[in-house]
Amino acid sequence: MEMNEYLDVFIEESKEHIQALNDHLLTLEKNPEDVSIVNEIFRSAHTLKGMSATMGYQDLADLTHKMENVLDAIRNHKVTLNEAMLDVIFKAVDALEAMVLDIIDGGEGKKNVKSLVNQLEAMENGENVEAVTTSASNEPTEAMVNTDVSLDEFELTVLQQSAEGGFNNYQVTVTLQETTLLKAARVYMVFEILEKLGEVIKSSPSVPELEEEKFDYSFTVVLVTKDSAEDVSAKINKVSEIDTVVVKELEIQAYDRDVTAERSVDTDEVSKQESAEQEQTSTDTNAKKKSQLSSKTIRVNIDRLDALMNLFEELVIDRGRLEQISTTLKNNELQETVEHMSRISGDLQNIILKMRMVPVDQVFNRFPRMVRQLAKDLNKDIDLQIYGAETELDRTVIDEIGDPLVHLIRNALDHGIETPSERETKGKPTQGTLKLNAYHSGNHVFIEIADDGAGIDREKVLKKAIANGVLTLEESKSYSDQQVFQLIMASGFSTADTISDISGRGVGLDVVKNTIESLGGNITIDSKYNEGSTFVIQLPLTLSIISVMLTEVKNEKYAIPLSSIIETAIVNKKDILSAHHQPVIDFRGRVVPLVSLSNIFNVPGETEEDDFYSVVIIRQGEKMAGLIVDSFIGQQEVVLKSLGNYLTDVFAISGATILGDGQVALIVDTDALIK
Amino acid sequence: MALEFLKSIVFELNDEEYALPVDLVGAIERVMPITRIPGVPPFVKGVLNLRGVVTPVIDLRERFNFEAQKETEATRVIIIQHDEKDVGLIVDACYDVIDIPNESIEPAPETIGTVKIDYINGVAKYDERLLILLNIDEILSTDVLKEFYEEK
Repeated sequence: MEMNEYLDVFIEESKEHIQALNDHLLTLEKNPEDVSIVNEIFRSAHTLKGMSATMGYQDLADLTHKMENVLDAIRNHKVTLNEAMLDVIFKAVDALEAMVLDIIDGGEGKKNVKSLVNQLEAMENGENVEAVTTSASNEPTEAMVNTDVSLDEFELTVLQQSAEGGFNNYQVTVTLQETTLLKAARVYMVFEILEKLGEVIKSSPSVPELEEEKFDYSFTVVLVTKDSAEDVSAKINKVSEIDTVVVKELEIQAYDRDVTAERSVDTDEVSKQESAEQEQTSTDTNAKKKSQLSSKTIRVNIDRLDALMNLFEELVIDRGRLEQISTTLKNNELQETVEHMSRISGDLQNIILKMRMVPVDQVFNRFPRMVRQLAKDLNKDIDLQIYGAETELDRTVIDEIGDPLVHLIRNALDHGIETPSERETKGKPTQGTLKLNAYHSGNHVFIEIADDGAGIDREKVLKKAIANGVLTLEESKSYSDQQVFQLIMASGFSTADTISDISGRGVGLDVVKNTIESLGGNITIDSKYNEGSTFVIQLPLTLSIISVMLTEVKNEKYAIPLSSIIETAIVNKKDILSAHHQPVIDFRGRVVPLVSLSNIFNVPGETEEDDFYSVVIIRQGEKMAGLIVDSFIGQQEVVLKSLGNYLTDVFAISGATILGDGQVALIVDTDALIK
Repeated sequence: MALEFLKSIVFELNDEEYALPVDLVGAIERVMPITRIPGVPPFVKGVLNLRGVVTPVIDLRERFNFEAQKETEATRVIIIQHDEKDVGLIVDACYDVIDIPNESIEPAPETIGTVKIDYINGVAKYDERLLILLNIDEILSTDVLKEFYEEK
């Protein structure tokens, strides 16, 4: 179906609108009096409704519509907002999100929202809302009583709008002569005239039924036109075999008393969306200037960016060749051009890299909502402060970092921050603070999660560790605070006294740690008992570009990630000792085992005997090793590439990169070499 | 009724002619510098840089346990794009794209040449030539790699 091509856009935009709903609802909770926020929420809900109706997700559209009604009642001061109502609205947003997720998974976005709808309706009709007695669901039936053609809300809105736009709404009843042979042909001709006159909003019986001649002799249409009733009647009468034409002015009020409350913003037609929004802005004096600035973006599939990057690398390789040629030829003009090209391609590279960066806000934005819910569930009062949400990270990192952060926040809320009463006895403000801070530093991005809660109880952790047999009482005494804190990230370790739904099942922090390390980052903990804890996550800016030390082993080149290198050293053969038949060196007081890359990788060729070894000292956690190579080529920023889907699990190789001369160099997985 | 064809790329390996559906083929390249990968089966020659994409290369002779041969002027790398995998196949020569009528394709006889029956989808007689139609899934199967790793 052609709808499919819009589905992606629909999903992306729905997600954005749901996020906007959440954000604004949270702001609203803090400033319940602010009508402009209600308007923002209304706008998001409205757009969402229009989109989902266009895409045919009826449940989604219905629920948003009910939400809209409530919001409308709120902004018209028909109902006063209270916390219970907010909860229901939040639940409704959750339901919307669930439906959108279902659509993403290929479902139809259906969900039973009966109870929610009832609640919303009750709210809408709650105290002080006598004016809004008509609930949306029974509008059509009521409409039927008054007129021949039943109109749904969408059609009513169109009519409402056209009336405001200076058009006439007519109900045209055409009766054909009883002798008519080709009824469908006449109908066709009448419709052709009608369509020239204006727009047919509704026809009864429906057009397909008319085409199949499933009617007696008369049919009724609702027409929006600029022409007068007489003109319409006269033009239709030109068709032969017509008996009578009755053109009546259509009274919209007769259909729906609620339409005025709807404020004419209710339309599902994308083309009308704009005019509707404009109308709303003009009628709504409180509406603030909309943040249109953010809309100047386009969505690009990340594969295309990768392809662009690949092509660009090709260019860089050619640039290298050109530079070589120009130095040999020593032609001034050529050299100038090549230099210029080099500069431009450098800029180009920066831009391409930046295109892959997205603000960390994409992950952070769901936390306010989550914290609110958790705080409620846990009966805690928590103030979430977010800083540096605009900090940019590579898309690939963003995708991975969400779950670990969620876990750390849950942890902080559950185990960190105490209940208001506990906090009071400790002499702290009853409201706990959770700070989320992201910032750049060097080639890394740091994300801090700080709470002012109970902190980590050193003794409790040690007791637990001893009970679990992780370490002995003796060992525990010499442990530094840092070492103790690292313990809680070991697998199967939970110091929570009770297991709750939120966290404390003993799985988690170790997973968090592993995920972050697999991204090339690390996590540290700082904590003061009864004052709070801070978790600091350090992440590389991007996963696709890493700094490596390029080394040569016989005729082959291997790249070793700088992040795992402590330093490089030249070791005299005489200084190499042997422990358990393993060559080791004494490196700054530590015994470090030596590994020959040439042996590990079975590099072909003759070994040149030398009295000195070039050694790269690497580490993983607390462990260290020295890699013997033939020579160091130098430090380089390289683009990390995978070996593809065919070659997986190659021992001690984590990927490859393309060097300036177009050759492929392998990247060493140092973690595999430290065992 | 129109005849159904299988558009195929024909290449030479150990003096026999083989065919692969042309839509699997992304490119045909001369031999480029290949970077050896340690610790993989010998038939995986390494990886090459195919326009920015690091692509593994399989020597089809060694994959089929034929005698290894020095590369010549005619040696080509056929880049196969199949099942999310990009792999280069080194063959002795590659010179033809032909339409094989479906009716001329027969199931593989029990003994055919020297290639294990698993790799063969069928044979086709075409203009007095015998073409062996290869099964790409079997050739690119990673089971061989896993076996190799386990033995180590």
